[in-house]
Amino acid sequence: MRDYEKYIRYRTFPTPWCPGCGDGVILKSIAMAFAELKLDPDEIVVVAGIGCSGRMPTFFNTNTLHTTHGRALTFATGIKLAKPEKLVVVISGDGDATAIGGNHLIHAARRNIGVKMILINNGIYGMTGGQVSPLTPPKFFTETTPYGNIEPHFNVRKLLTAAEATFVARETINRLAQLKQVIKKSFQHKGFSVVEVMSNCHVNLGRRNKMKSPLVMTKYIRDITMNMADFEKLSPEEQAPKYPLGIFEQNSARLEYTDLYYNHIVPVAQQAGAKGEK
Amino acid sequence: MSQRKVLQGNIIVAKAALAAGCDFFAGYPITPSSEIAQYMSKEMPKMERAFIQMEDEIASLGACIGASLAGKKTMTATSGPGFSLMQEHVGMAVMAEVPVVIVNVMRGGPSTGMPTKPAQADMMQARWGTHGDHPIIAVYPAFSEEIFSETVRAFNMAEKYWNPVILLLDEVLGKAHMDVEIPEPGSYEVYWEKTHQIVDLNIYDRKIGENPPRIDFFHGYPIHIDGLEHDAHGWPSFDAKTVDKMQKLRMQKIYQNLDDIIKYKEYFLDDAEVIVFSFGISARSALAAVKTAREQGIKAGLFQALTIWPFPRAALQEKFQKIKKVLTVEMNMGQMKYEVERIAPGDVEKQTLLRANGMPFSPDEVLNAIKEFVK
Repeated sequence: MRDYEKYIRYRTFPTPWCPGCGDGVILKSIAMAFAELKLDPDEIVVVAGIGCSGRMPTFFNTNTLHTTHGRALTFATGIKLAKPEKLVVVISGDGDATAIGGNHLIHAARRNIGVKMILINNGIYGMTGGQVSPLTPPKFFTETTPYGNIEPHFNVRKLLTAAEATFVARETINRLAQLKQVIKKSFQHKGFSVVEVMSNCHVNLGRRNKMKSPLVMTKYIRDITMNMADFEKLSPEEQAPKYPLGIFEQNSARLEYTDLYYNHIVPVAQQAGAKGEK
Repeated sequence: MSQRKVLQGNIIVAKAALAAGCDFFAGYPITPSSEIAQYMSKEMPKMERAFIQMEDEIASLGACIGASLAGKKTMTATSGPGFSLMQEHVGMAVMAEVPVVIVNVMRGGPSTGMPTKPAQADMMQARWGTHGDHPIIAVYPAFSEEIFSETVRAFNMAEKYWNPVILLLDEVLGKAHMDVEIPEPGSYEVYWEKTHQIVDLNIYDRKIGENPPRIDFFHGYPIHIDGLEHDAHGWPSFDAKTVDKMQKLRMQKIYQNLDDIIKYKEYFLDDAEVIVFSFGISARSALAAVKTAREQGIKAGLFQALTIWPFPRAALQEKFQKIKKVLTVEMNMGQMKYEVERIAPGDVEKQTLLRANGMPFSPDEVLNAIKEFVK
């Protein structure tokens, strides 16, 4: 047994994911990050919303919670505020995190609550059969954009930076070592963190856009992503369809929410209470 | 020593919640419930308990469920529109069997309606607001001491039955200042049974009708909690036999414990010829009306439901064996009257006094309705 396998709940296998899906890579890289940090499985809770990503917690041999569509961050916020010493990980898809759960995403970032989010971006609602998501690239064909997508997609990096997120990163399923490393760093960050993982849905996005096989789709992900240094050399027009990779924000100066609450608000309130102030 | 005070109804709820051990509150401002969150934001940090204002009501109940699974006693407070937003998570708490208390200080609806006016508007939303078949407990105090005792009882039942419990309150009672006796700690039951002697992962495994144990995270077993239908392990399962069993477990933990859950008060019913069936603010007017009726020689009595869901069916049906007239008084266009009609035998005459224009009934109006009915 490899060291990361103690974090995998084999009894609940098989997974519901299609052969070639990037979710398996992400499952493994998260477990590897747990192992490298030598975490006690009972000190971890993995929370997810709805979608293909929503099923991921079932396969971690930690405390796990499968919630409602888009709201995983709200449950995670409750858990973190209740037990600040625990590692609270949220797994979310692009529809889950940026459409129905978009409000919770920006507020978690604004609050800087110490929840670790893995945002799996496969650009599609996979589990419901392939409908357009807020991260589907323009002109792509989906079940609900049969003539091509006319909407622009969110830039998760800029969205979260604007919401004052203290840890923002992007990686791809093509680079397991880097992905594990970035996830590990996000777990070590005290405040709110988001790692956006570019993943493939060859079945429900690729198939309708001439990328039927997982291999073709992972090559496509390789082609649209690049290191930040290379990205910055491009003109704005050239940048538009590309996704830079790496850690974009890593700010430890701003205090984490539960730290502020228990170490700042509680003493102030107790002092006021002792003085008998209203 | 118990303390006699003049307090707003919302503040009585908040004080009772803290007395019941509520150590996590997440909420979102909405008239007429906001004083509950305000009071909690001031008092909870002093006690090292957690308060958070979330970005909406969906998030508030989500945070409560999360915190409840992390071992906290949780509450949120809202009004009609916020209660509607919470409904998906009410179902989540039922399915995953998570204790949480949801206060709904009711106002006139639908939509934005009349935020500053009372209405007994959400009787059916409390029962059937979330999707799917589900058990629910809803309590509804009317008098000041009941606001305290029913809030404590709501927490006790949430913890005992591992289910969301809804506390309904009227806008006027939430906002009004009233004379109230705050009982001494220790003089009322506070249920808090934590059973962490889990020996395996079958967290939902129990006999039908049994009270479930409370299980939460971080106690040495990697447990899974799911909003999907699940098996005894909590792992997703759509196997028909498993689903049957899990549904029965969730329903029967409530329906086999009705003696503990159902609470009502009766006034002058022993020799009554007419039952006034009412609850909340309307029951206060109805009680005054019934007393005046008695002075005038009319044999009227009041059945005040404190537990509104599950409906106090058996108790009311027993009364119908002798009393053949029932007047349902409620501040809406007719919600609980259907429940009365459904359970009352054919030989019982049914009458209603209904109104939803923001004006509570005066005792005289209820008295006139009684007189009209017994004429």
